[in-house]
Amino acid sequence: MAETIYPRLIGARLKSQMSYRVSFAMDFLTQVLAQGYELIVILILFTRIDALGGFSQNEVLLMYAFAGAAFGVADLFAGQLDHLPTYIRTGSFDVLLMRPLRLLPQIMCSDIRLRRIGRITGALAVMGYALAHVDVAWSPAKVLLTVLTPIAGAVIYSAVWVVACSICFWIVEGREFANAVTYGSNAFTSYPINVYSRPLRWVMAFIVPGAFVAYYPSLALLEKQDPIGLPGWVGWTSPLVAALAAGVAALVWRFAVRHYRGTGS
Amino acid sequence: MIEVRELRREFKVATSKGLRRNYKTVTAVDGVTFDVQAGEAVGYVGPNGAGKSTTIKMLTGILVPSSGHIRVHGVDPSRQRRDLAKRIGVVFGQRSQLWWDLPLKDSFDLLRSIYRVSAQDYRTRLDECVELLGLQELLVTPVRQLSLGQRMRGEITAALLHAPELLVLDEPTIGLDLESKERLREFLADLNARRGTTLLLTTHDLDDIERLCPRLMVIDRGRVLADGPLDDLRAEVTPERELVIDLREPGPAPDVPGVTAVRSEANGLRHHLTFRRAETTAAQLITQVVRQVEVHDLAVVEPEIDDVIRKLYQRQLDQPVTR
Repeated sequence: MAETIYPRLIGARLKSQMSYRVSFAMDFLTQVLAQGYELIVILILFTRIDALGGFSQNEVLLMYAFAGAAFGVADLFAGQLDHLPTYIRTGSFDVLLMRPLRLLPQIMCSDIRLRRIGRITGALAVMGYALAHVDVAWSPAKVLLTVLTPIAGAVIYSAVWVVACSICFWIVEGREFANAVTYGSNAFTSYPINVYSRPLRWVMAFIVPGAFVAYYPSLALLEKQDPIGLPGWVGWTSPLVAALAAGVAALVWRFAVRHYRGTGS
Repeated sequence: MIEVRELRREFKVATSKGLRRNYKTVTAVDGVTFDVQAGEAVGYVGPNGAGKSTTIKMLTGILVPSSGHIRVHGVDPSRQRRDLAKRIGVVFGQRSQLWWDLPLKDSFDLLRSIYRVSAQDYRTRLDECVELLGLQELLVTPVRQLSLGQRMRGEITAALLHAPELLVLDEPTIGLDLESKERLREFLADLNARRGTTLLLTTHDLDDIERLCPRLMVIDRGRVLADGPLDDLRAEVTPERELVIDLREPGPAPDVPGVTAVRSEANGLRHHLTFRRAETTAAQLITQVVRQVEVHDLAVVEPEIDDVIRKLYQRQLDQPVTR
């Protein structure tokens, strides 16, 4: 029954959002449009240029779609962590600690915003379009890669979110910083990383493992050479990177909660 | 049920001076020791900032003690937080564990899943609470539309669905109107008496203590000032009681041995006789009084619980009063 509680928590959230039907529809639409806005930026860019960092319009769209879908899923779950400062300030965090459940799954399932599915829907549509128009030599392994990429990406983004939001246990207004990292890394990962300056590229690609969300998997799928020189198999390692990121995030989170409860520092 | 030894908790508080950030250590709970047996009902009182909430948070595993020893149900709360959570109920008067947008019943259903209560137990317990707390018409109401009193009844039901043997309540009656308070007290008293649920509650409302808690613990500045039955504390702190007599005819106050002070009013129709409980009993006094004068009515006045606690604070005992 432990397995059934989280779906039920999510279900309860959805039910309560459906009770405001009009505002739900508006929010959903806003999210689709928000995702579409970035799409338009890319399309306009490609009316002026033929390639961006050596990638065609549809190839960039594929990266953008992978990143968008991954970010959308992460936002759906880990996005609740943005409320952490409020939880801490109002004491809701203590209520979560009183329950016989783990903290992180409770927070992630406690306030699911269904409207965020709007973003995922938009990204999936672009992904479908891009996949149909790029040149891929399909194989079973590549199909698997295509399916796993948004999932691994979502885990990577979620891990980044958890780490960034952990700062709220020390600094109450840490949310600004956290959002800069989370939303910033989404903007970063939507484009080929070789268009960025070298220091930014290293930080965003390998410290925050954003390059593994969309860029390297796309290279593997398209069988393209990495302009910054990493071998081709790197594109297949995203699930491993995701597992590693999740592990690091779990440690940071545990350390942060310990600090809150009083054994840390 | 609860075992606390030399419990301490310190906080680091930032004190900004210019650009420098300094930290000073504040001790919120400073060497608290007590036991609570199964079936007791204990009131935990003290002024704001005395360390009540910090103690409660350590007992429920939310905060980790700086030092000292706690066992609740034989479990170390901070290390086995989730195990303990299944076995105790907690109600915070100023924060909700219900889902704001959902009907009350949906919150209960969710908590049933969270605490893994069987369908049959859930049915029985919910029905009982609904009946005793009068929640019938409120089950379909979203929590955000409930009044504070209604919500508190919901919170208490929520905390009891998994049938905890210990119910911890932090300011359960805060902000409630008199009728809601009374209803809640009645329910809790019944829960303690009939089901044997152990109660530990913090409160500012001393009527809660009077009504619910045979045992009182007073805490101030992180230390237990007094711990014992309310009546003993009264005797200890305010050794004097008062016998009020109304005479049939106005007249002088009767002269009775053991009376330390006399105050008369209404032209000699009413007299207040102060006596020390250690030296004479009310019964002895009354026997003497009725021999001398014709009494229309009489009453023995106990010192108000507020006075007892105020006196305790004034004394600022170094050693807690032993039971």
